[in-house]
Amino acid sequence: MTLKAWMPALAATAAIGLAACSAGSGSDDSGAVSADTDTVRHSLDPYPSTYTPRPSGVTLIQGATVLDGIGGEIENGDVLIENGRISAVGTGLEAPEGATVIDATGRYVTPGVIDIHSHLGAYPSPSVDAHSDGNEATQPVTAEVWVEHSVWPQDPGFDAALAGGVTTLHVLPGSANLFGGRGVTLRNVSGRTVQDMKFPDAPYTLKMACGENPSRVYGNRGQSPATDMGNMAGYRAAWIRASDYRDSWHDYWEAAENGEEADAPTRDLELETLMGVLDGEILIQMHCYRADQMAQVMDMSEEFGYQVTTFHHAVEAYKIPDLLAENGACAAVWADWGGFKMEAYDAVRENLAMTHANGACAMIHSDSDMGIQRLNQEVAKALGDGRRAGLEISDGEAWAWLSSNPAQALGIADQTGSLQPGLRADVVLWSGNPYSTYTRADQVWIDGAMSFDRRDEDEQPVRDFMLGQPGEGDD
Amino acid sequence: MRTLIPALALALASAAPGLAQSYAVTNGRVVTNTDQGIIPNGTVLVRDGSIVAVGTDVTIPVGTEVIDAEGGWITPGLFAPFTQIGLIEVALEGSTTDAGASDSPYSVALDVSDGFNPAGTHIAATRMRGVTRAAIYPSTGHNIFGGQGGLVDTSGDPDSVFESGSFVFADLSQSGAATAGGSRPAAWAYLEAAFNDARGYPGRFSADHEGDALNRYDAQALLPVVRGRVPLVLNIDRAADLRRAIRFQADNAPVQLIIGGGAEAWLVADELAAAGIPVMLDPLRNLPASFDEIAATLHGAQRLHEAGVTIAYTTQTSDGYYNARLITQHAGNAVTNGVAWDQAFRSITLTPAEIYGMGDRYGALATGYAGDVVVWDGDPLEVMSSPVAVLIDGEATEMDSRQTRLRDRYINITDETPFAYRR
Repeated sequence: MTLKAWMPALAATAAIGLAACSAGSGSDDSGAVSADTDTVRHSLDPYPSTYTPRPSGVTLIQGATVLDGIGGEIENGDVLIENGRISAVGTGLEAPEGATVIDATGRYVTPGVIDIHSHLGAYPSPSVDAHSDGNEATQPVTAEVWVEHSVWPQDPGFDAALAGGVTTLHVLPGSANLFGGRGVTLRNVSGRTVQDMKFPDAPYTLKMACGENPSRVYGNRGQSPATDMGNMAGYRAAWIRASDYRDSWHDYWEAAENGEEADAPTRDLELETLMGVLDGEILIQMHCYRADQMAQVMDMSEEFGYQVTTFHHAVEAYKIPDLLAENGACAAVWADWGGFKMEAYDAVRENLAMTHANGACAMIHSDSDMGIQRLNQEVAKALGDGRRAGLEISDGEAWAWLSSNPAQALGIADQTGSLQPGLRADVVLWSGNPYSTYTRADQVWIDGAMSFDRRDEDEQPVRDFMLGQPGEGDD
Repeated sequence: MRTLIPALALALASAAPGLAQSYAVTNGRVVTNTDQGIIPNGTVLVRDGSIVAVGTDVTIPVGTEVIDAEGGWITPGLFAPFTQIGLIEVALEGSTTDAGASDSPYSVALDVSDGFNPAGTHIAATRMRGVTRAAIYPSTGHNIFGGQGGLVDTSGDPDSVFESGSFVFADLSQSGAATAGGSRPAAWAYLEAAFNDARGYPGRFSADHEGDALNRYDAQALLPVVRGRVPLVLNIDRAADLRRAIRFQADNAPVQLIIGGGAEAWLVADELAAAGIPVMLDPLRNLPASFDEIAATLHGAQRLHEAGVTIAYTTQTSDGYYNARLITQHAGNAVTNGVAWDQAFRSITLTPAEIYGMGDRYGALATGYAGDVVVWDGDPLEVMSSPVAVLIDGEATEMDSRQTRLRDRYINITDETPFAYRR
């Protein structure tokens, strides 16, 4: 029933990711270890974030019901934003001089929503042939592709998601392939380039997919994988090659460090990403519906020495919360999607609540340009169904499914996902209880900057595509 | 409200399903969808399958099973206007779906009711969310016509189909244009030719089984549409296509059109209202998902209501077979975006019934209406609310499904009974 059960394991996972990330994001990592400046080291961040927060002032939101994203709920609470960061959360906070003070009586304040499973930009609106950029379905192992190279920053779906309180989203390649490629974590801001949207220093992720999708796509072409066992063989063959590749680089670096003569291995983009996983720098985000398949994958991660961070679309997570908790793997789920294929046949509306209440790390996700606009309602449904089934879960506890749990699973929990002093001020002011159908986001701050204001058209972004179209600016 | 459940479960357990019985649903906020409006604390009396009294001073006869709503809501059963429930069990498994038949030589003649499976497991899950009636429509196959739609209840009983041949479905959107040969002109030419084939039935088929567009059986099936006795549901989103449809109706009187889709209908709202063409719209559609729906907006439903267009709400962006049960969430979001609550609720109950000519029997709580009554633990359009009892044709229905059975099997994960033995 509590968050604590899984927190230590997860926190450790996240810490690994973050540590790796900070090493990777350093601009001079090429010389970090070896005195020999000729040692070959490829940049871990060749497409760096150029995101700059919009200017922000000092904002005090007063008198709200505050759900802090890590289980807390404060009545008549205040949130103070300074320098783009949360500076205080509590009651009776004094307004600093010059602060914009917002009376939020009767309203709710929460951390910004984080969607860990989106295809915005990669499968953007309008859904035309030219925009089908989410699946490199030409061979089953494409760990070498990076979805950020597919993301179209003019997708109008980003703006619609912002109106739903989404401040951070994780865009993934599709699930046609065993290894679909790298995912990217974005701030939900407008930008001329994807780099303008990239979450600074967020760890890279790798999309993998279980089950029916890869075996259908490739089986229909008469090639492997055509079966579940073919899927597993395909992953394992790749991990074997990746292990050898990692060893060759580690041997090379060790030799170079010892001043020995050594040639750098030939660079391989596909194996470089897999090596990043084995080295704990890249987080696995794996599409996997069925309980038994998740169990196989967790054994495989033991076999090759890596960690599955999150199972996505984990429709049967409720059947194995104990195994997930034991392995420190999270489940990202829908509230009530199912039935569209055999591996989604055992979906239950209580999945999220049961998985959480039985001790595993769980969260909501959308996988949809529609669902992402109302993830608060998706959680409300799961919460309502969970409570009717007898599970005691508080409003505050459930908000973790929308913010701090996905932040942990993306390795950015020390940056965002909860209302704690020092974190990025990613904040939503809701018109009422966000678990009500009738509630909407009134205002959204990203890094303390007003990014969306329902009552002010000047604070509502409109992507290039919608300019001059019928309905421009309509939500 | 949580304490209500055990009490209610008991009450229902004592009601032998399948037997015609009398029920008094009491002590709740009654949404009538009639001139009686909302009764803050009323009673609905059901006997022999139908509603016999609604009000605050209803006398409850001896021997009547009482369902105490304990301050919850009492509403008519929901009527989902555009679904494929009972036609699809697992969407990606062709062997489990009967929604469309692209390899059939027939089109309009296909009666989707022949494929309806009342034992489909999603039906109970849909019913448990308050949906008691639904229109089911056929997907299109080799031409723009999918076939004939029907009307079903969600009891799961063998006689669930209560009307077949209720409408004919055709696709005149960009996908219909593609099916017809590649352009909108091709789709409209095909539709005109099909109408001429039907008008000429049976005479023009005396020598040949084939007409200009339709074969003999399909032309025969289209005849009631041409004569205006059965409505034609057209899948259309783009404003320009809607104007073309309005012209088609005028040119082909007495044909009666209904629009399914309608993403840009708000741009043509006044013309649709004047032509008396109802629209079945998912109020959540707001993205330019295709070039047919660039102007889709969350305000579309409100603008259509304001113009006086008859509209019913669908779950198009969720789906029509598994999540038609989300119709209350879709309607609730229409309220969030400006539609009056009563109007939104009517759009998932009485209005759909009226669109299909059933408005004197379904969609309201009034004497003479079918005994489709739902008891809720709160506002039905709130995502956290849920039905606690569902009556169909005056009979209490089971409030469990394959999904709740799975839930109950796994909710106590530490129970030592092996999972497969927990039933």
